[in-house]
Amino acid sequence: MALTTWALRKSLWVYHVNAGACNNCDIEVLALLTPRFDIERFGMILVGSPRHADVLAVTGVCTRQIMPRLQEVYMQMPKPCVVLAIGACANAQGIFTEAYHMGAAVDETIKAVDPSAIIIYVPGCPPKPEAMIAAAVKGMEFLKTL
Amino acid sequence: MNPSEIVIWFIGAGLGTLLLGLLLKWVDRKVTARVQWRVGPPWYQPMVDIIKLMGKETLMPVTARGTGFLLAPVIALATMAVAATILWRSLWDPSSPFLGDLIVVIYLLAIPALMTMLGASASGSPHASVGASREMKLLLSYELPMFLAILVAVARSGWTFQLGGLVTAQAQTGPVVFSISGALAMLIAIICMQAKLGLVPFDVAEAECEIMSGVYVEYSGPALANWLMTRAMMLAVMPLLLVEVFWGGLYRQAWWGFLSFLGRYVLLVVLVVLIRNTNPRLRIDQTMKVFWFGLTPVAIVALVLALIGQAEGIAWL
Repeated sequence: MALTTWALRKSLWVYHVNAGACNNCDIEVLALLTPRFDIERFGMILVGSPRHADVLAVTGVCTRQIMPRLQEVYMQMPKPCVVLAIGACANAQGIFTEAYHMGAAVDETIKAVDPSAIIIYVPGCPPKPEAMIAAAVKGMEFLKTL
Repeated sequence: MNPSEIVIWFIGAGLGTLLLGLLLKWVDRKVTARVQWRVGPPWYQPMVDIIKLMGKETLMPVTARGTGFLLAPVIALATMAVAATILWRSLWDPSSPFLGDLIVVIYLLAIPALMTMLGASASGSPHASVGASREMKLLLSYELPMFLAILVAVARSGWTFQLGGLVTAQAQTGPVVFSISGALAMLIAIICMQAKLGLVPFDVAEAECEIMSGVYVEYSGPALANWLMTRAMMLAVMPLLLVEVFWGGLYRQAWWGFLSFLGRYVLLVVLVVLIRNTNPRLRIDQTMKVFWFGLTPVAIVALVLALIGQAEGIAWL
């Protein structure tokens, strides 16, 4: 494992995109920053620009309108990077599947522009912050194999 | 100094300041976390961040002008290394540095801000251009009171524009800060230092949740790492400048001299962090008002007091 890969595992910077979520997953994402969970212990921080990010945290169903924007944001991230699909909606569009305003699910949307994208699924409606931390740890484990 | 000695000083001071700055960044993040009742990152976190960014790709926006965009962070980093070398050298050996090195350091410390503007403008992003315009206004705001404050120390030390001369003069008459004009000047310099470091309440240029890291919005990978290193070195260099100019520098003849230097240095850093954690961000117009109509008159009063004190021979004024 290269030094930079080790460093990448130790310092994942997260950029959060709301792709049409009901805000329930988003407040759970914000809970990760609070004293109770404090993901900065693992070197993870929320950043303001996708250019700085290593993790794209996507919440929401990915509507038709946001689909090209989500792809654009993904393209703007420097590789290697990881996509975190948070919540039932981001995993498989949840109860909104087959609704008229749906684009493709988040994983399909991302894979349309980058077939080798690393996508981690966090099921739940909304997932607990613990589940997101577990997903982040799984992502770190996967990055070891790069 | 012969050339090889200069090279050794440059590399040693540059790398040392970089490591020290990254460690101080950790102090910043840890104290912030403790203020917010969090645990905070491990001590090596800023260094890991830099290593990670070195391994990422550098994306170039379609609208960017490549040369300026990529050259700006490199020049900023190199400038900080030169400034750090001059400051550490004059701290270690006050008798050796060249004439007028204080003025050179003041100019060098302004270059990272100029390069930030250049890089941000070259990136072609609207967020970055808003950030660049704010950075420019910020620079115009704090440079004048900062220079007046330093001028107080210069006036009290018999008009020497040499860092070594300032330190030697303070060794004879006592630190500048232990006088009315000196204390006022130091206070102003601390607030200007906050603005120069781009920390809350003066972080308008890169306001994270407002214009998305503003000036740095388009930077990624090694170029962003360069900016982070420049800012880390700035965090190490600015308290050093203040300790040298206002607070007596380093007393090298006894072991407690090093201890007292370290204490003053860390005190200034922690002060910066606490100011950053207990204040909201000011708008750019409020920032300019604070500096131009608040701090500049106070700095002029301090300078007048210092001149009267020098002319009448009153040491405490």
